[in-house]
Parts: sequence; structure tokens; C-alpha cells
Amino acid sequence: MNINLTLIVQMLVFATLVFAVMKWVWPVILGAMEERERRIAEGLAAAEKGEEALAAARGQADAIIREARERAGQIIDHAQHRANDLVEQAKGTASTEGARLIAAAHQQIELDTTHARESLRREVAGIAVDAAAKLLGREIDAQKHADLLDRLAAEV
Amino acid sequence: MTTMVAEDSGGATEYILHHQTFLSNKAPHGIVDFSVVNYDTVFFSVLLAAVFFGLFWLVARKATAGVPGKVQNFVELIVSFVDTQVRDTFHGSSRLIAPLALTIFCWVWLFNFMDLVPVDLLPWAARGAGLEHLKVVPSTDLNATFALSLTVFVLIIFYSVKMKGLVGFVSEFVLQPFRVKNVFLQIPLSLVNLVLESVTFLARPVSLALRLYGNLYAGEMIFLLLAALTLSVGFENLHSVGGAVGTVLGVIAQAILGFIWAGFHVLIITLQAFIFMVLTIVYLSMAHEHH
Repeated sequence: MNINLTLIVQMLVFATLVFAVMKWVWPVILGAMEERERRIAEGLAAAEKGEEALAAARGQADAIIREARERAGQIIDHAQHRANDLVEQAKGTASTEGARLIAAAHQQIELDTTHARESLRREVAGIAVDAAAKLLGREIDAQKHADLLDRLAAEV
Repeated sequence: MTTMVAEDSGGATEYILHHQTFLSNKAPHGIVDFSVVNYDTVFFSVLLAAVFFGLFWLVARKATAGVPGKVQNFVELIVSFVDTQVRDTFHGSSRLIAPLALTIFCWVWLFNFMDLVPVDLLPWAARGAGLEHLKVVPSTDLNATFALSLTVFVLIIFYSVKMKGLVGFVSEFVLQPFRVKNVFLQIPLSLVNLVLESVTFLARPVSLALRLYGNLYAGEMIFLLLAALTLSVGFENLHSVGGAVGTVLGVIAQAILGFIWAGFHVLIITLQAFIFMVLTIVYLSMAHEHH
């Protein structure tokens, strides 16, 4: 075991190796590791931010849904009121119309009755005149006896 | 894998000594001999440096800040582990310390990992290629561990002077740990301080290098002993029934013991790489701090 030139050679090899590692290995690998650390930190921060944004959006969505529900309720209420109104209105219109139709029918019936009575009266008067003429054996002058006939018809 | 025991019939001592010899340009003379180079240490540490740098560089080239692949994930695991260690200990700003710590941790771990390669496998292959000796674990070479610790030591001095100035750096040696208001009393105390602080300071690179070397040397030695002792019966005994049974039992025993020790050793090699890295960070952060 002795100390020899190997010592100097080894020191040179060592110095070269350290220099090479310092220049081409250490900064590159550590740089990559630090860059990754930074990216992960950024990613985590972004995720946190995203979560916050999600919570905010959820709150907003809830508010919007609540509002929409209220509006929908209002619209349904309104529609129901309107429908009730329309039904009421229709009922009113229908009953008025019915009453009018009934009244018109009554009127028509009265009118028809009057007409029928009138024509019946005339017929009866004619028959009566005919019968009277036959009984009297002569023509009754319709003109002369018109007032008589009228009085007769009114009595029938 | 331990056939060398049989071939080097000189026994366990020769086997272990054979494994302790480096593949070098010539046999060294004395403790310090700068005309010698250990080819095996240089070869394996450059190879392992290439493995480490190649893997990390490929990942760095394709590094994405998006979803990482499995290899990138693995590399990032190590990088963030080292980065955490540096951030926990070192509070200044330096572009060097973290890459330095990463390099030390990975490179030393790979050095140590070579200890888990079966001790005879690569030397056996090398012998096939005509190389007599081969030590595959760079951290069992004092040159490799001292190269690391002395480089760190140079950086400690460099940053101390840079951050505190030459005066501040020197004054740390004489003004602590003992400091009094009386100037005349301070002079002898400063001498004591100088001795204490110098020892502390110089002990850093020495302890860094020797701790790693000692642990890995011992670990390798255990593997060698397991191999030598369990197979000391040798393959030349195969012609007799008893010898064959002994050899088979030796192989089984070595497999079991080697497996158990490798299990412990995984923890040791990781711990030693970690300790080297952490102490480097601590020493360099001390160099940056003002007292």
C-alpha cells in the first residue's frame, strides 16, 4: 500500500467529473424538478380556483332556478285566474245568449199564435159568412158587412 | 470463482496477498513513490465515473418537467435526496456544493459497489487476459480515497479564504477555542489553539480518506477470508470422496457466508458513501460560516 501518481490522476478525474456534473447534470435535473413543482403548485391553485368558481356557479344556478320556479308559479296562477275568468265569462255569455234565444222563441211563438189566431178568425168569419149566406139565401156583401164580420171575428 | 486458492497452493496468505496487489506499471518502493500508477484503480474509477455521468447525463438530456420516466424518477430520487442533505446543512449559496455532494455520493457508492462483485471474478477474467493482478474496488486504494478527501480539503481552504479572507482564516486557528480579553494571556492560549485547531483541520482529510478506505478494505478482507477459509481444502482433493465432500461443503458454506456478508456490506457501502458526502457538506459549510 503506497501513495503514488494514482493520487494525482484520481484528483484530476474527480475534479473533471465534478465540473461536468455541475455544468451538464445538476442544473438540468434540478431545473426540471423545480419546474414540475411549480406546475403542480399552479395546477393545485387552478383546481382550487375552479372549485370556488364551481361553487359560485352552483349558487347562481340555484338562484336562477328559484327565480324561474317563482315565475312559473306566478304564470300558472295567472293562467288559472285567466281560465276561471274565461269560464265565468263564457258562462255569462252563454246564459245571456240562452235567455235571448228563449225570449226570441217566446216572441216567435206568440207571434205565430197571434197569426194563427188571426187566420183562424178570418177563416171562421168566412165560414160564418158562408153559412149565413146559405142561410139567408143570398150573397152578403162583404163590403157592406165588413164591420159586422170584423165584430164577429173578434168575438170568435 | 475461488479456484485461485487451489492454483496458488501456497495457501490463504498468498491468496490474500495476491489480491492486495495492484495492477501497476512497476512495483512501488517505499510508502510514497510518484513514479508508480495503479492502472486498475484509474481504469475502474474512470469506468464508474463514465457509468455515473453517462446515466445522469442521458437523463438530464431528456429531462422533462412533465411525468418522469422510471430512470428519470430514480435519478431524481437521488438528486432530491442529495439536495435535501445539502439544504439541511449548508445555508449559503454555492453552485458547487450540491453537484459535488452528488458526485461524491454516487461515485463513492459505485467504488464501494465493486466490492460486491465476487472477489475472484474480475481478477480471474483479467488473468485470462494476461494480467497478473487486478484490484477492482477503487475505494480500497488509499490513492483514490485520498484523492477525494484532498480535493475536498483544497476546496475547504479555498472557500475559507474566499469567505473569511486570509486574516479571518488564520485567526480561526489562533483565536479558538480559547479566547480571553487579556492580550498577554491570549498569546500562550493562542499557541495552544494553533496546535488544537491544526490537528482538527488536518484530521479532516485524513479521517475522510482513512474511514472510507478502512471500511472497504476490511469488507474486502472478509470476502477474501471467507473465500480462502471455506475453500482452503482446495480442488486438488477431488480425487478422494472425503475431499470432494469437503469441497462441496466448502462451496456451500462460502455461498451462504458470502451472501450474509454481502447483505451487511450493502448497508456499509451505502453508509460510507453517505458519510463521505455529509462530512464534505459539513466541512464546506463550516468553511462558509463566520465565527
